[in-house]
Amino acid sequence: MAAFEVGQAVRVRDEHPLQPQPIHIRTPWYLRGKHGVVERRFGEFHNPEHLAVGKYDTPEVTLYWVRFTMDELWAGDGTYGPSDSLVVEIYEHWLEPDDSARRAA
Amino acid sequence: MTHDHDHDHDHDHEHDHDHDHGHHHDHDHPHDHGPFQPDIKEPSEEWEFLEIAMRELLIQKGIITAREVEDMIEDWDGKVPENGARIVARAWTDPAFKARLLADGNAGVEEMGMSVPGLKLVVLENTPKVHHMVVCTLCSCYPRTILGLPPLWYKSRAYRTRTVREPRVVLSEFGTELPDSVEVRVVDSTADCRYLVLPMRPEGTDGWSAEQLASLATRDSMIGTAQALKPDGARG
Repeated sequence: MAAFEVGQAVRVRDEHPLQPQPIHIRTPWYLRGKHGVVERRFGEFHNPEHLAVGKYDTPEVTLYWVRFTMDELWAGDGTYGPSDSLVVEIYEHWLEPDDSARRAA
Repeated sequence: MTHDHDHDHDHDHEHDHDHDHGHHHDHDHPHDHGPFQPDIKEPSEEWEFLEIAMRELLIQKGIITAREVEDMIEDWDGKVPENGARIVARAWTDPAFKARLLADGNAGVEEMGMSVPGLKLVVLENTPKVHHMVVCTLCSCYPRTILGLPPLWYKSRAYRTRTVREPRVVLSEFGTELPDSVEVRVVDSTADCRYLVLPMRPEGTDGWSAEQLASLATRDSMIGTAQALKPDGARG
């Protein structure tokens, strides 16, 4: 079951696990802890963190398209236009509700 | 390729032994090798030896045949960006097809006799307001079955790190300048989706056939580092 709605503010978990070894993570490092918005829901997929270590029968996870502003990612320390953005596929267990956005609303 | 390593190892040992003695003088005069150009580079990286060892074992154990390996290589050599260009050209000339392609990329390309098995194909439509640009920061995810193998730069650390941080600098290095009014949307391909950028149809191509239009849809325009070519073949 999908936990996040299209349009919902989310935060990428700011976690950097090193265990268990071998470890395989598809959430890019530069997005950890960043705030974005769910743009699209792609449905259920096998968890690559499990597939990569030969576990094929674990539950599927929902995959989302999350959109970030360039300012959120780089805070000006980059070269981009005012409306430029980045979208990326992130599995549900790497997302959490963005409470700061909820409080602001 | 590394076919010359599919040999009988015992025999080769004897051969090397003879060689060392019979041609010892060669090593003292490394420049007397005659007019031949050097052969292509011998394998030297760990992964190359791993591939050779794995392939030889699979063939020796009868799990695959050498013919199947060759057939697979030929099959991959036949996957080229021109296939993707046919998809783009049809989308430019057939609005109903374009709508189906954008709604379901996999079903759309299957209509054209292609497929992206096991992955979700997402077609990203460029418009006067949004320009998509695809990168895989983690590795080299790419819609290989419809665009062929990715260009080397797509796999380079420079492209992968810089595209997400300074997309407009990277674009300009590809000769692509976009006004600030256009949103550059970088798409980081990290998981189960593969992306095909549908570039804007160039102006001045009214009445062109899909076949003619396909020549304007370059590989780079389908990755998003460029726009489609102009009718005269110049960069968009």
